[in-house]
Amino acid sequence: MSEIKKFMYINRRAPYGSIYALEGLEVVLIGAAFDQDCCMAFVGDGVFQLVRGQDSTQTGMKNFSPAYKALGDYDVNRLYVERESLAERGLSEDDLMELTWEDEDDDWAEKPSIRVVSREELARLMEEQDVLLNF
Amino acid sequence: MIFSIMVNEGPYTHQASDTAYHFAAAALAAGHEIYRVFFYHDGVNNGTRLTTPPQDDRNIVHRWSELAEKHGLDLVVCVAAAQRRGIVDDDEAKRNSKDADNIAPGFRISGLGQLIEAGIKSDRLMEFGD
Repeated sequence: MSEIKKFMYINRRAPYGSIYALEGLEVVLIGAAFDQDCCMAFVGDGVFQLVRGQDSTQTGMKNFSPAYKALGDYDVNRLYVERESLAERGLSEDDLMELTWEDEDDDWAEKPSIRVVSREELARLMEEQDVLLNF
Repeated sequence: MIFSIMVNEGPYTHQASDTAYHFAAAALAAGHEIYRVFFYHDGVNNGTRLTTPPQDDRNIVHRWSELAEKHGLDLVVCVAAAQRRGIVDDDEAKRNSKDADNIAPGFRISGLGQLIEAGIKSDRLMEFGD
């Protein structure tokens, strides 16, 4: 498969309370092996997936948030977070995990993976994609 | 046009599987090709042959099996999602020491790579969910 398509994985739901976020992340990690051009978007309650200091102990569900830190190693290094969704939930970028990736074209410099973008900008990014997967 | 279809919800609780089915049938009737139908999340529950809906209702699982037989559709149930929810074929039953399988005719169990590949090989990947 030489063809490279643009994949965007759109995360719309909170990390716990349903399995969509966890199973969505599983798709991203598998998809990363296919050498496609992929990015993720976090909108609505999906922004809660990236909140730092998650403790799911009392839900009985596994805290899978550390897995997001591995995304950079899988070359998934564009995580677009919708600014309006953060604001609507009383969150700011400071509430999110620090996620980074190493840029091999820039002497392996560590760079942030999270990019806070406006709703309008995200809509434009979605328009550019070949495949949108919603979770 | 080449379509692939992703079904993310189980039968009956949500309309997703019905809508996906009608879309698939209409696309085929219009001469389009369906590269694959991929069942994920609770959508894997569309692949059990043990469902017994009331006789005066549609049989969602049979409907998929029949469409697959008629058109040679590739119905793929995600293995990881299926393991969580107890959708099992003969191989999976042996591998996980289960005493039975329940996969419906026309369905097969495979990995998430099949979904990504469907996205690459199709002109459109249509997602049906909640």
